Amino acid sequence: MGFSQTKDPRGVTVVEVDGQLIVGNRQELKDLVQAATDRGERRLLIDFSRTGYIDSSGLGALVSISKRIREAGGELRLSGLNDDLRSLFELTKLDTLFAITETPEQALTSF
Amino acid sequence: MTSPLRLCVRRTSASEGRGSATLVTLRLPSDVGCIEEAVELVTRHCLAGHQATRTTQFRLRVVLSEALTNAIVRGNGEDRSKWVDVRAELVPESIRVSVTDEGPGFDPDAVPEPLQPDQLDEATGRGLYLIRKLVDTVQFNERGNSICMILRRR
Repeated sequence: MGFSQTKDPRGVTVVEVDGQLIVGNRQELKDLVQAATDRGERRLLIDFSRTGYIDSSGLGALVSISKRIREAGGELRLSGLNDDLRSLFELTKLDTLFAITETPEQALTSF
Repeated sequence: MTSPLRLCVRRTSASEGRGSATLVTLRLPSDVGCIEEAVELVTRHCLAGHQATRTTQFRLRVVLSEALTNAIVRGNGEDRSKWVDVRAELVPESIRVSVTDEGPGFDPDAVPEPLQPDQLDEATGRGLYLIRKLVDTVQFNERGNSICMILRRR
């Protein structure tokens, strides 16, 4: 369980969330994204294809990350949410705040 | 950093005037590192012996996780000398879970609606909203340090 970071050939930073994004590890993701934006990365994809659960603290972390990237003039995409996770975004209307695609490939071609 | 877990589950049969119920109790320290294991443990015992739909499983996991986070972070202020108590009463039709912290309590009616345009971009404030959306009934004690959530089995 954790986060892995790769760079797509098109220059997009891809972060995969393996397991859960919850109150206990959200800061790790925020720090990872902060480091990426500090390095000058401006296009980020967070992929949840291997994520079982996101709690409200994790949702809040994504809101903070989105703000930070937007303020830096960058773009953020989310992908791979299963039906349960997608329902949490819809319940909280965060699906209106984020650019969400079904697969990481779709997200990568949308930048 | 996760502190060593000291979780204890007791299962007893009880009769509270409406047939037999199973009680599951669990006490955990105010450490967010304990939440995941606590949720797994309580969910497993709540669903044992019942055909649970994926919806019920997911909803139970979400509301337990949110209630425990609220109790540990907001209620007990992550003070590891304070405890959080979970009590689940299980009957064939429903699951009734209470989560109680040692904090001063809060006024649940004063929590802002997270879907308001000025709140949507906020990083916090969605936990209680999710609980209210995902269970059938939510009740608080007068002090506001104990939440009771009733989820019908689907």
